[in-house]
Amino acid sequence: MAWVNAIIQGVLTGGLYALFACGLSLMFGVMKVVNLAHGDLAVVAGYVAIGVIAVTHLPVLWSFLIVVPVMALLGYVLQRTIIQSALDRSVLTTLIVTFGLSVVIENGLLQFFTANSRAIGTGLALVTGSFKLGSQIQIGYLLVVIFAVAVVVLLGLQYFLSASKYGRLIRAVADDREAAQLAGADYRHVFGIAAALAFGTVALAGLAYGMYSQLQPTTGTDTILLFAFAAVVIGGLGSLWGTLLGGVVLGVAQQIGAQISISDEVLAGYIVFLAVLVLRPQGLTTRRAQS
Amino acid sequence: MTVPVDGERPESGTPLLDVRDLVVHHGQLRALDAISLRVFPGEVYAIIGANGAGKSTLLRTIAGLHHPTTGSVLFDGKDVTRLRPERRATQGIAMVPEGRRLFGSLSVEENLQVGATYARQGSWTIERVYQMFDWMRERRSQPTAQLSGGEQQTLAIGRALVANPRVLLLDELSLGLAPVVVQRIYGMLPQILATGLTVLLVEQDVSQALGVASHIHCLLEGRTTLQGRPADVTADLVEAAYFGLAGTAPASPPGERSEP
Repeated sequence: MAWVNAIIQGVLTGGLYALFACGLSLMFGVMKVVNLAHGDLAVVAGYVAIGVIAVTHLPVLWSFLIVVPVMALLGYVLQRTIIQSALDRSVLTTLIVTFGLSVVIENGLLQFFTANSRAIGTGLALVTGSFKLGSQIQIGYLLVVIFAVAVVVLLGLQYFLSASKYGRLIRAVADDREAAQLAGADYRHVFGIAAALAFGTVALAGLAYGMYSQLQPTTGTDTILLFAFAAVVIGGLGSLWGTLLGGVVLGVAQQIGAQISISDEVLAGYIVFLAVLVLRPQGLTTRRAQS
Repeated sequence: MTVPVDGERPESGTPLLDVRDLVVHHGQLRALDAISLRVFPGEVYAIIGANGAGKSTLLRTIAGLHHPTTGSVLFDGKDVTRLRPERRATQGIAMVPEGRRLFGSLSVEENLQVGATYARQGSWTIERVYQMFDWMRERRSQPTAQLSGGEQQTLAIGRALVANPRVLLLDELSLGLAPVVVQRIYGMLPQILATGLTVLLVEQDVSQALGVASHIHCLLEGRTTLQGRPADVTADLVEAAYFGLAGTAPASPPGERSEP
């Protein structure tokens, strides 16, 4: 029964990891940018929410309605400015620039918020409550909600990409930037929109993690970015639903590892990550490595 | 299928495209050396030349994908040399790039929809493209990889047409296609021209170009070696200009207009 529990918890955690990963995957898939500041931006979103709640005394969920659009706007602006200017030099430059951004954000957070960990306190029964499945399996409402949010986000992204005008342009630009320009599309603007989507999901990831666990200035790189990478690689680069599969595989591996020995939780996840990298480098969902 | 060349070029009035002393470098290499040309409304202007003559570079520079070292590109009298490709596209310069360059993860219809996203006002619609190429409607939800080479080329042309351009740049339509398919694609040109479009095309296949063009312009290693109306140039002149034989080709045949 403990094993069944581990698998259920792992699958549900996978939803959180998919939220971590889908923005990273989107930005790589569209502009070939590996955003090393991805996790830090999630943490920023969490801290901004904590700040907004403290200042405005808005209910927690209302504050999210502010934070997510603000982060999306930040994504558009960052993409149009420093990320685009790095891209104009080379794709490799974007690695350096986003790494720099990551360092700046982390140290900025340390400066303003100290190294103390903070959680997004909601006071909602939703966050702390749980229900029992049988006698031994206890499932937190929050993880179920996060999993549902992840699925809704992925469905929304998929719908946007396949059915909307900008979604179509995003795919066109990802396929062939020049041909899209010849059709009149300003790829920089399209990239900005893709970044706004990615940052919106990053914000949700940070908020979810801030409620599920605790945020520290370093959480962005030592947890969120690493797990996002692992989920993306396991699921397959550039594949949206792959991030959910990757997240679920990672989550289950971690829970099974923890079941064997509590100190093996993170290790088990990375062993699966390495195994996929060696045996199936294109990931579980993509058929061939994307060019 | 040949477009009749009726008399003189309409050389009075504003040329739709006016390329002046264009010099383009690829790194150290001088790909285009002081190329000038004027394309008047309703013309089919063909640029011919061997591999590496600079034809594609010229077309890409006009579309805005390359930046000239010196020289300028005027579109309908306005200097567009500094404009980005997407701005030129929305002003009415559409290009069918070499190798089709369709959006591989998009369906046939989505390719057309992208082409129509920033369309100018005009008579071309996706519906009209479907009427012209009836196979396309049935296969509109297929990915482009399932199309034959000729169908892909047709779709690439359709994608450019739905933007309702004023000038259509066609880069090597015949590349990698069977002769019969090339015939069919060039056979569509009169229908396209009938809607008031102007065409500037690049072609390695000289006989094809001579067949459709109202004006030809031969490049060799980035320089103009011959230009004139197809009726005015002899096969020998074209051959000499195309291959640079004996270096005797005159820059322009007798009776040709004076350069600006």
